[in-house]
Amino acid sequence: MGKRSGDDSLNGSDSLSRQLAERGVSRRDFMKFCSAMSAALALPATFAPKIAQALDEVKRPTLVWLEFQSCTGDTEALLRASSPTVAEIVLDILSVDYAETIMAAAGHLAEENLDKVVKGEKGKYIAVVEGSIPMKDDGVYCCIGGRTAVDRAREVCGGAFATIAVGTCASYGGLPAAAPNPTGAVGVKEAVPGATVLNLPGCPLNADNLTATIVHFLLFKKLPAVDSFGRPLFAYGKKIHDNCERRPHFDAGQYVEQWGDEGHRKGFCLYKMGCKGPETFHNCPTQRYNEKTSWPVASGHGCAGCSQPHFWDTMTPLYRRLPNVPGFGVESTADKIGLGLAVGTAAIFAAHGVASAVRGEDKMEGKKREDINNG
Amino acid sequence: MSKLKIIYVWEIPVRVTHWVNVLAMITLVCTGLFIGHPFSIGQSASSFTMGWVRFVHFTAAYVFAIGLAVRVYWSFAGNKYSNWKAFFPFLTQDGRDKLMATFKYYTFVNRKLPHVVGHNPVASAAYFLAFLLYLGMIVTGFTLYSEHAPGGMMHKLLGWITHIFSNQSLRLMHHSFMWLLVGFIINHVYSCWLMDIKERGGIISSMFSGYKSMEEE
Repeated sequence: MGKRSGDDSLNGSDSLSRQLAERGVSRRDFMKFCSAMSAALALPATFAPKIAQALDEVKRPTLVWLEFQSCTGDTEALLRASSPTVAEIVLDILSVDYAETIMAAAGHLAEENLDKVVKGEKGKYIAVVEGSIPMKDDGVYCCIGGRTAVDRAREVCGGAFATIAVGTCASYGGLPAAAPNPTGAVGVKEAVPGATVLNLPGCPLNADNLTATIVHFLLFKKLPAVDSFGRPLFAYGKKIHDNCERRPHFDAGQYVEQWGDEGHRKGFCLYKMGCKGPETFHNCPTQRYNEKTSWPVASGHGCAGCSQPHFWDTMTPLYRRLPNVPGFGVESTADKIGLGLAVGTAAIFAAHGVASAVRGEDKMEGKKREDINNG
Repeated sequence: MSKLKIIYVWEIPVRVTHWVNVLAMITLVCTGLFIGHPFSIGQSASSFTMGWVRFVHFTAAYVFAIGLAVRVYWSFAGNKYSNWKAFFPFLTQDGRDKLMATFKYYTFVNRKLPHVVGHNPVASAAYFLAFLLYLGMIVTGFTLYSEHAPGGMMHKLLGWITHIFSNQSLRLMHHSFMWLLVGFIINHVYSCWLMDIKERGGIISSMFSGYKSMEEE
């Protein structure tokens, strides 16, 4: 029986089944992966066999991975799996023709590979971009092979079937774009408005979401539906807060009041510690990181809001609920200032009241009818 | 001096919306303060303290928004005292004169209090600013609220605002506007009390009865 099912799936030396068999991944594990992918993409379970079939039949689509102003965190997120996962092997079936961090070729040879893809497979290859693109001073702050990042992005992303921006930097500028944004960093869509861009923000992105996006592309030959920030709905369609495992504690009124207090040890809600789950759209609570091991809130730290545009500027201070009020010291929160305003107003009018009383009888000279109705 | 007359100033929709707004605003401020700075009063994970507080906040928000919409409608349908023009006293020369005179009265510069039957011009100008704050509260509040159902009708209607301001900026505005409104309420209640004493037109009782005892305009 085992032999027969093996024969069935071996339909070419390049096929995924063959690669899986070579690496000792069982058919059962592969089917489990396909079910997990259909769940991640919010497809019905009946899609799992279709995903399996699509992945088996796929014709090695070409992928180029460009890196600009980045920390390589997204590449790391993808490559640092503790054991070869099915997801990795699925990504292996893509023909990765250019990826600065992992390719063997260097210098002109590497650039030649890229040129070959851009010219030879125009409109067919997938471009993945990691890192932001500097626009200031003609983009001189990031150059590869003697050409600026924006110049390369225009050529490569402009000619791609689609561009997947991985991480917050490639999606919206990320940390390099944080105020005062010295390099004029922007995301791919802003640098190359004409390109078809799918954003997978996150710091780093969740590799499972990239795998699911590619599986979606291989299955349907198109990109998944996106929200108004260009993020796929299957991964960014809900607020973290609304799917959070600590949400019952939020609704109950059980909060961590201080790091290390009893509530913190019991896993209460991190709302008062400045968790940005209520303002952030991402599937961290359900998908988790590092092969579904954990994610920030599960490990007892609030969400930093890393998948929202300009999170470094808008989500800080990370351990407070509200941003600082411009022009006031860092210790004055909006509500302290507001309370001061209310007390000040009350004091002023109390004084006014005393003054009015002391002043005694007013003459009501107004009643001389010098007035016209004001309506 | 002519005789005092009993004038019907505040029609029923004006009075009803006023008191509905009072109740809604008190509820919204109290629940809002709790939502912003909750204390841990949940007995177990199956309590629903914050859940209920938020439910009350959102319900009061709908009541407040509807109340305001009715009042805006009435500013076109109602009598001259409730008309929208009353809220822009600075548009007419007479309005500007009275505005200045009332302002001088408030700042103890002179003792003349211009005679008006409806809102006094300083008050109505302040109500216009308060109205802008109400609008700010409704827009920021419902934009944040709409995010519980991304892609829903309300989110489609208001989601574009999150492209201009981040969620956190919207929250900051929602808090700041609330404090400005708290300041407004303190001012409003005090001025009302002051005018009840000084004008002697029965302004406080008129908020319930609709009638003021004044010389006709």
